[in-house]
Amino acid sequence: MFTEIELDALKEIGNIGAGNAATALSMLLAKKVKMKIPEVKVLPFDEVTKSVGGPEKVVTGVFFRVEGELAFNILFIMQPGDTLNLLRVILRESKENLELTPIEESALKEMGNIIASAFVAALADFTGLPLRVSVPCLAIDMAGAILSFPLSLYGYIGDTAFLIETEFEEGLDDIKIHFFLIPDDDKAFSALLNTTGVRSFNENNSSGNGGI
Amino acid sequence: MKIIRVGMGEYKTAKAPALLVSFGLGSCVGVALYDSTKKIGGLAHIMLPDSSLSGKKDFNPGKFADTAIELLYEELKKAGANPKKLIAKIAGGAQMFQLKSNKNIMMIGKRNVEAVKMKLAQLNIELVAEDVEGNYGRTVEFCCDTGELTVKTVGHGIKIL
Repeated sequence: MFTEIELDALKEIGNIGAGNAATALSMLLAKKVKMKIPEVKVLPFDEVTKSVGGPEKVVTGVFFRVEGELAFNILFIMQPGDTLNLLRVILRESKENLELTPIEESALKEMGNIIASAFVAALADFTGLPLRVSVPCLAIDMAGAILSFPLSLYGYIGDTAFLIETEFEEGLDDIKIHFFLIPDDDKAFSALLNTTGVRSFNENNSSGNGGI
Repeated sequence: MKIIRVGMGEYKTAKAPALLVSFGLGSCVGVALYDSTKKIGGLAHIMLPDSSLSGKKDFNPGKFADTAIELLYEELKKAGANPKKLIAKIAGGAQMFQLKSNKNIMMIGKRNVEAVKMKLAQLNIELVAEDVEGNYGRTVEFCCDTGELTVKTVGHGIKIL
């Protein structure tokens, strides 16, 4: 069970990580990047894709697994137009479709790598927990399919999704990058909370619904 | 025609001419069961292989292959389907991301497919067609009139099972 204060603390932890990630993205693009305040969401599995256009919407996903003292997944999701705009800024090329060359795929993965690493580095600094980030994986496919893997992992303990969500935006070139942090289980979030001194819930009493 | 949406961790039954649909299956598996003599069908959208792996006792049985298929089978019987006539068609179970580390956890799609096949065999339901695994997403539509399972993908064509 998570209390109101604990959910606030999670949001703040997300904020610290995402702030660092936004700075990294800003340096990479040499542009000003805006960030939404992260939200901690508890919602049916089926509704997670709503914020990125629904389960059949074709999107670009860059996925990372984070392991160490706690395990979670980071997923960046971009709409096709945003993906092309981003490629234009990074590679200075204009592109019409999502049939990507290896260089373009690599550029997207590397962009993800820089933001995800900045996020996790801030988290590791703040919490003192050792964390490892995997190499990036890229998929361009239906949003439902891309999100199904990390959501299913949480499904072992929960009947609803429990995640931290935010968005980075670079206005001039019209690039929006959606950010999801999806834990493997509630222990990941309680481990984070333990390090902040905000009392956490009993790990055996996992309701799997975020306590709401 | 009535279109019935089956979301993640759900299972539903319907009679002809209804269409049962699951959008954007990744590692999840869509399991369609059908009695062609009565034209009654069902679709389960399972997320995980086995309910024994559940982290808690009180869970939504629609998430797991073993419990979801069992319940769908019972629902179909209740709706008037002849259990001896039931056939199965399945699609999904992809591995969307190819991470080399932590193989077991990454191969959830493949494990889902194996668990589905095991449960079907246990219930003596013949698996007549499948489109599984790979690294791409699928939308499935099951037509309770024709018994056809249409599998739509992004860049990998449309298949009718």
